[in-house]
Amino acid sequence: MNEQQSTTTTPPVIHARGLTRRYGDTAVVDGIDLDIIRGEVFGLLGPNGAGKTTTILMMLGLTEISSGEISVLGFNPAREPLKVKRRVGYLPDAVGFYDQLTATENLAYTGKLMGLPRAERAGRIEQALRRVGLIDVASKRVATFSRGMRQRLGLAEIIMKRAEIAILDEPTSGLDPQATQEFLGLIGELKAEGITVLLSSHMLDQVQRICDRVALFKAGHIVLMGAVPELAVKVLGAGFVVEVEAEGPGIARRLAMIPGVTQVETLSADRFRMTAERDVRPDAARAVVAVDGSLRRLSVDEPSLDTIYARYFQDHSAGGVRHAA
Amino acid sequence: MRREGSPFQGMSTVFVKELADHISSVRMLMLELLIVFTALAALYEAINSLRQNTAEDPFLLLRLFTIDQAPLPSFVAILGFLIPLMAIGLGFDAVNGEHNRRTLSRILAQPIYRDALLMGKFLAALATIGISLAALWLLVIGLGLIFLGVPPGSEEVARSLVFLAVAIFYAGVWLSLAMLLSTVFRSAATAALVSLGIWLFLTVLWPMLAPALAQAVAPADPRYALLGLNDPATAVWTQELLRLSPNDLFEEAMLAVLSPTTRALGPVFLDQLRGAVMGAPLPFGESVMLAWPQTVGLVAGTIVLFAFSYVLFQRQEVRA
Ligand SMILES: Nc1ncnc2c1ncn2[C@@H]1O[C@H](COP(=O)(O)OP(=O)(O)O)[C@@H](O)[C@H]1O
Ligand SMILES: [Mg+2]
Repeated sequence: MNEQQSTTTTPPVIHARGLTRRYGDTAVVDGIDLDIIRGEVFGLLGPNGAGKTTTILMMLGLTEISSGEISVLGFNPAREPLKVKRRVGYLPDAVGFYDQLTATENLAYTGKLMGLPRAERAGRIEQALRRVGLIDVASKRVATFSRGMRQRLGLAEIIMKRAEIAILDEPTSGLDPQATQEFLGLIGELKAEGITVLLSSHMLDQVQRICDRVALFKAGHIVLMGAVPELAVKVLGAGFVVEVEAEGPGIARRLAMIPGVTQVETLSADRFRMTAERDVRPDAARAVVAVDGSLRRLSVDEPSLDTIYARYFQDHSAGGVRHAA
Repeated sequence: MRREGSPFQGMSTVFVKELADHISSVRMLMLELLIVFTALAALYEAINSLRQNTAEDPFLLLRLFTIDQAPLPSFVAILGFLIPLMAIGLGFDAVNGEHNRRTLSRILAQPIYRDALLMGKFLAALATIGISLAALWLLVIGLGLIFLGVPPGSEEVARSLVFLAVAIFYAGVWLSLAMLLSTVFRSAATAALVSLGIWLFLTVLWPMLAPALAQAVAPADPRYALLGLNDPATAVWTQELLRLSPNDLFEEAMLAVLSPTTRALGPVFLDQLRGAVMGAPLPFGESVMLAWPQTVGLVAGTIVLFAFSYVLFQRQEVRA
């Protein structure tokens, strides 16, 4: 029975049920359920202090689990931490290196700790540094590295480890926009190789593009989980945001009448934002032409996670007030 | 619940890295220069005074370690003072340094236990001190050969090797203390200051406070004072209080091993000396037995302090 099941549906690589971490009386991670599928990029998103790092540390056996259960690649990280840590790569929030050592020496040290055979080490280090674009500074001391270079060196460590799962904690925080884009590109490459990526971030918009699925955290709970378009439909009732820049009488009313449009916001006299179930750009263009207006711009976007998150809490705090009343 | 795998996996890697760090560090160089120059000054005075009175002395080499020529203290006394400094210098940022560099969670995400990191660091620092002390030991033997012109006898070499071993244990106590404080305090500066405070207290203040405390606990019987003698009860209390300081344990052990005529440590009672030929050296084995309790005390102190850091470190949060 079991065997059959495991061949038909691949078991999740990370599986958590009721995972809880308490410090004293306060639960900073409070009964979360997670299933992360092999090969996906999964985002743990939410504001600072929501419990993302604590969740990650429990997956690695680096902090105690108060209750609930978790398995990573089939192992319990509290009982078999070495088995988990041999297969999982971890890039901590604001990662640090030994400043007096070079990039290569830093990787050589962790390479030895990983138990990589001596013969393979140098080759793997070079390969990893090349992948993240640090090969030219391989023999420079890390003291001279920028924040972005350190992040990439941390990623090189995971590449060198040939980890099955890469856990990246706030990988883009503190990076300038260009470094952020480069780093997101590198994460995309990991995914292309079939590595499961779990990343956390408090900047929802920044990472939403590369995440296949996200879990939105709030005060130790996962409030929403799923693919971004799914969540958009669930929370906003729509998966598309179309922005129209046009002049003409009564455009807003016209736009609202298009079938599938759930909401029209007037951003300024000539700018409107529609949320819709489908891509309504052709209908919008027709609507503008119909009132003899002049169309200047038309754009479509996924709804931003920030919007989804904000809206979710708007609705729910309104609900909360009603309950309290 | 049994843990999988060996707690020592990765320890040798940590050991080698830390040892290389220590040996190439400016900090270590400074500590070594300080010790070598102070020791050389003491040895220079010792050699001068030994050359002047060339009386027959079967333990001429050992006298190099122990002779003190005002204003300089003896070589051993200088080491008793400076070894803690060296140990503190190597240990005060062992754990909090990893936190503050934000390397700790990255290292502990590798397939090793925390035991390996702590043990590797402790052993590497101890090995560094051991190497420095061994070099100093060779220096003393070499200088003795050159300037005193006497080849050391086998018993002298044996006794001086015991000195080396006890000195390393002594360093171990201070190293454990420094590492414990580096686990307790997140700031390396705080850990260093507290370690140095304890060091100054135990080496400078405690020898003055202990007699006063003993006097308070067991006030001297005025009848002894009338006879111009020390009250034995007060003397015993003083001794026992002094022994709370590793410094005192080290000095007592060194006295027993390096001055073969020492027959007893602490307050001497007449019955202990009955039958003893005053001034006759004790055999090597008996000297070692004399120093044994003190040595065990140092080792025990090391283990207890290390165990505290171990427990604390295991429970500590890894995040910065
Ligand atoms: N050692 C600790 N003791 C008490 N509370 C802690 C400790 N570590 C973290 N916390 C609390 O746990 C909560 C979640 O922290 P964290 O998991 O780091 O959040 P995130 O990574 O989402 O920003 C925070 O409110 C933080 O204050
Ligand atoms: Mg965090």
